[in-house]
Amino acid sequence: MTAHDPHQAARTNAPTTTYLYDAYDTAFVRERVAEFRAQVGRRLEGAMTEDEFRPFRLMNGLYLQLHAYMLRVAIPYGTLTARQMRRLADIADQWDKGYGHFTTRQNLQYNWPKLVDVPDILEALAEVEMHAIQTSGNCIRNVTADHFAGVAVDEVEDPRPTAEFLRQWSSLHAEFSFLPRKFKIAVTGAAHDRAAIKAHDIGLRIHRNDQGETGYQVIVGGGLGRSPFIGKTVRDFLPREDLLAYLEAILRVYNRFGRRDNKYKARIKILVHETGIEEIRAQVEAEFAAMDRAPFQHDGQEFARIAGFFAPPPYEALPAQSPALEVAKRANAAFKAFAEVNVAPHKTPGYAIVTVSLKPIGGVPGDATSAQMRRLADASEKFGFGELRVSHEQNIILPHVKKDDLFALWRLLDAAGLATANAGLISDIISCPGLDYCSLATARSIPIAQAIARRFADPERQRLIGKLGIKISGCINACGHHHIGAIGILGLEKKGQESYQITLGGDPSLSASIGELLGPGVTADQVPDVIEHLVDFYLSERQGEECFIDTWRRLGHARFKDVLRREGEDGADI
Amino acid sequence: MAGGVMAQLKNPQILFASDLRDGEVLFLAASGWSRDHRQASVARDSTQALALEARGKADIAANRVVDAYLADVAIGADGAPEPLHYREKMRIKGPSIRLDLGKQAQIEPAGEPQ
Repeated sequence: MTAHDPHQAARTNAPTTTYLYDAYDTAFVRERVAEFRAQVGRRLEGAMTEDEFRPFRLMNGLYLQLHAYMLRVAIPYGTLTARQMRRLADIADQWDKGYGHFTTRQNLQYNWPKLVDVPDILEALAEVEMHAIQTSGNCIRNVTADHFAGVAVDEVEDPRPTAEFLRQWSSLHAEFSFLPRKFKIAVTGAAHDRAAIKAHDIGLRIHRNDQGETGYQVIVGGGLGRSPFIGKTVRDFLPREDLLAYLEAILRVYNRFGRRDNKYKARIKILVHETGIEEIRAQVEAEFAAMDRAPFQHDGQEFARIAGFFAPPPYEALPAQSPALEVAKRANAAFKAFAEVNVAPHKTPGYAIVTVSLKPIGGVPGDATSAQMRRLADASEKFGFGELRVSHEQNIILPHVKKDDLFALWRLLDAAGLATANAGLISDIISCPGLDYCSLATARSIPIAQAIARRFADPERQRLIGKLGIKISGCINACGHHHIGAIGILGLEKKGQESYQITLGGDPSLSASIGELLGPGVTADQVPDVIEHLVDFYLSERQGEECFIDTWRRLGHARFKDVLRREGEDGADI
Repeated sequence: MAGGVMAQLKNPQILFASDLRDGEVLFLAASGWSRDHRQASVARDSTQALALEARGKADIAANRVVDAYLADVAIGADGAPEPLHYREKMRIKGPSIRLDLGKQAQIEPAGEPQ
């Protein structure tokens, strides 16, 4: 963990408040690109079969999908510089089809790269300190984090230094490069969980104990997919000094006891479920006590060095209120809606966090054209210290915008079709690529998202409905997080046709819950009708400021099922 | 093939694969791999299906294509094979939400295999 040269860390990838590669990182990524270039060459020459090549390409994020190859690029903890975003746009234009897809794991996917071009793409990524390493395969994947990291008002500590620390620990970790199955870690440092940590193999919540020391709540065994589970706490408070050793112990227990006989039962969530959290805790603690912890001894200097990259940008001293913002809101109704829906409080007076929705009505959730990527890069440089974030909700965040600049930013975004005022509302739908792209999918998911968004296109109606997370997956693997959507939709095949199961009551936050099945599957055409019936019932029953999930919890699942039963009796085709 | 009788398939079949170099969907035709499903050779009995599979396996071994498999089709009025399953219907066209992408964006009237 100490192989870094601090003297190399001052190169420009600026303006930035994110980690910068040093000589060690640069050499590491360049070596990997050269290695994969050689592997692709051997594959094309016929020196390797597909079975031999597949693990190599997967470890470099390259899949073969329905229509073409797909390259998944890691965006560690969702943080991007303007320069990196521009490079993503350039790659989309030069080697793909002019757009990219931001995913629920804060990654970016290109849908049309040619195998022969991938080494050049990886080279172009390496030039801006990016890669696709460990975005696939049975290894520790890209570590994700709260997309409001460093700026949220409810934050104890920025989770990104921890996430970067873990990225360096987990990258090409020899012991954990062939785990029973993939392994996903998410980190939050805030009171409100925006990173869905309880739906990850390991979720870390930074908090302080009674003595005021900073440490981690360690949650293990969460996950979605075929068998969804909410993670369970294995340690309430783990001192920072023990972080790497303790995670090493968890991974060792999983690596040893996780099932390898059945890929559907190979995730740590199954091990935790079948073994029980008490026994898992005992095994982890036993390993932790017995292991040679010296190699994983906390290096406070290195952690501080990494944390230094995430220091706040040079904010101006500003008043908390912005008269210019209030004037602009009164003068422009569309901007007022944007400011009320897509702008969140910032911990620094006079600043705000802006969510740029990648969910225009009728658009493809998470997709951005190269022109939009460049516009976002421009916007971040002009109004936000050149920094951007990708949220697991498939939106882009500008984390440091002066309130005085919000109207000018909105105009810049609006001109590029990036000012949809729906963050967190019913049309801000999470959707996996589904059968429009994915070879694993059993049904399409994007057209379902588009149909629902069109049904609820009226902005006033959306604001009346309030916060409501709809999440759609095109197969049981649940990349669209349908299990933890207040309304979840799962596309399946039923008698040779696409069919959609609907669940209610999922919750991705610290009060996490798995959605309950509403009833038999419905056709694609029926989905918007079903959603509308459910939403209308919620609106008729909600009390005060209740969100959909609150009303569902208060009334119970049966009341919502009854709605559809009654509608069916009245002749509605549902 | 007991008694030398060729087993009729429940549905005709064509062979899908992906091009190793660029990943595009390919169809095995009489004179090689075509990017247009309308050129695909159609197997109507098990012997013909096995022959298509054998050619596919040979081209996998030759590192020309990957992921070759047979898919059921119906023969349209124009004589062209049309996949029966919605997954393969998607593969012969492209994303249903981006008609400007994939084969659907470039398909031309049927001609000779390339």
